[in-house]
Amino acid sequence: MQLRILLFAGIRELADADSVTIDVDDNANAADVLSAIERVLPQAAPLIHVSRLAIDGQYVAADHPVSPTADEFALIPPVSGG
Amino acid sequence: MIQIELVDSPIHLADWESSLHDVDTGAHAWFAGVTRRTTADGSGGVQITQTLHYEAHRPMAIDQLQQLAQQARRQHSLTGVVIVHRLGEVSLGQASVLVGCSSPHRIDVFAALPWIMDRLKADVPIWKRETFADDSTQWVHPDAQ
Repeated sequence: MQLRILLFAGIRELADADSVTIDVDDNANAADVLSAIERVLPQAAPLIHVSRLAIDGQYVAADHPVSPTADEFALIPPVSGG
Repeated sequence: MIQIELVDSPIHLADWESSLHDVDTGAHAWFAGVTRRTTADGSGGVQITQTLHYEAHRPMAIDQLQQLAQQARRQHSLTGVVIVHRLGEVSLGQASVLVGCSSPHRIDVFAALPWIMDRLKADVPIWKRETFADDSTQWVHPDAQ
């Protein structure tokens, strides 16, 4: 399945894009999605390693199954608000 | 009462104080996080910041802040929680975040403020980009540096 992943902050800058489209297997989990993003954006690999995936606005664990019916996938690098 | 806002203009405490007004709460506490000019560079020197820029995944940040405030209210017996975070360019010395909370007794609000700030800085999808005195820029991603 094909997924569009929103990018933010340092990763968006390294990708020079607000989002990236990846291909993953139909039974993929969140860890597979992160690996696929890393293959598309090798220049951001160190930052992707410490990032989290959010599906429809909620952080998910690495083994969380990915459904193509979700409305939004976002790659969340370490945050620095405050 | 929970009030969560992401704002694009300066944050002034006086504009938010009345949000916690309640004659049955004896303790109101506020914390303002203010942009700072100097940052230790880890090798004994300091980096001089010129300005800071904040961006967020807005809908997710609002949702995370709501969850955080609800959890703080339950865990620390709070009556009210206000969290205001600024986005966009923030000049040095201005507030980037304001957190307020109220409770019948002071012990709960004293405990709640650091609890809220620690979680905000760990989980809420907001990022800052520093522009240094030499015009170089850097996104701040704590675990990656």
